[in-house]
Amino acid sequence: MELEAAKMIGAGIAVLSLAGAGIAIGNIFSSYLTGAMRNPSAAQKQFPNLLLGFALAEATGLFGLVVALIILFAF
Amino acid sequence: MATNPMAQFEVYRIGPEIKLGSIDISFTNSSLFMIISSLAILLIFNLGSKKKSLLPTKIQLLGELSYSFVSKMISDTAGSKAKPYFSFIFSLFMFVLFCNMFGMMPYSFTVTSHIIVTFVLAFFVFTGVTVIGFMKHGLGYLKLFVPSGVPALLLPLIIIIEVISYLSRPISLSVRLFANMLAGHTMMKVFGGFVISLGIVGGWLPLSFSVALTGLEFLVAFLQAYVFAILTCIYLNDALNLHH
Repeated sequence: MELEAAKMIGAGIAVLSLAGAGIAIGNIFSSYLTGAMRNPSAAQKQFPNLLLGFALAEATGLFGLVVALIILFAF
Repeated sequence: MATNPMAQFEVYRIGPEIKLGSIDISFTNSSLFMIISSLAILLIFNLGSKKKSLLPTKIQLLGELSYSFVSKMISDTAGSKAKPYFSFIFSLFMFVLFCNMFGMMPYSFTVTSHIIVTFVLAFFVFTGVTVIGFMKHGLGYLKLFVPSGVPALLLPLIIIIEVISYLSRPISLSVRLFANMLAGHTMMKVFGGFVISLGIVGGWLPLSFSVALTGLEFLVAFLQAYVFAILTCIYLNDALNLHH
């Protein structure tokens, strides 16, 4: 296979890790909403934790994106 | 060149070339934006603390809000022992926040979208936390790698995993901020390119998406500064309150 084509395919596969981030972010927000609906008085206190979880989950997926960018531009 | 989404991350020299031995230490657009954000922080907090009125003005309110925000974050995550490190975490948070926010301006340069900048910040946090841990607890700090309540058979494996996860802290801390900034700004440029290439007929859809994306990017710019600071607090908490 040509190197250029292999790089493109590799970068595409690496970006698939963002699917995991999507699932994770959806899971975090759905759990937060479920908890907040059951006990609205405790919801406000957990909002920073929600944001922290969102940022951490999103970043894990973005590591895959960085791998893709490294494949495309650094090699 | 303007259509290349990566062109915005290019570092170029402003003014003459300065060389220190074989190292190029010329003034670049990256250094320019670091200076701009530092000056903006200085300006806001100097103006905010000049006239200390009981009924705060807008700019004083901004300073007071950010002070109490970071102060509360530190006491919540790292306890009262972390109070002496307030000024470090506060300036770290403000610097990352302002660099991210100045990067959101059109035609500006995002300092934090370069891994060397975020890695140096994260590496100083990591070194500082390790030094503080050894100073407070001596060799007892190594107990951090031995979690309590683990069966003796699993202990060698757990210790190796803990050491690796400890050593990868600066990498994960820096790559998280860098990747978020890089991905967000690339995505905004790509959608901006769609608006141009689809023209006046089909360009409205990517344009509206681009507007929404800008809002998301402002959120991410704040969140990543927050996460950077709060993870520093959590690492500091490990070093100060060692309980296993």
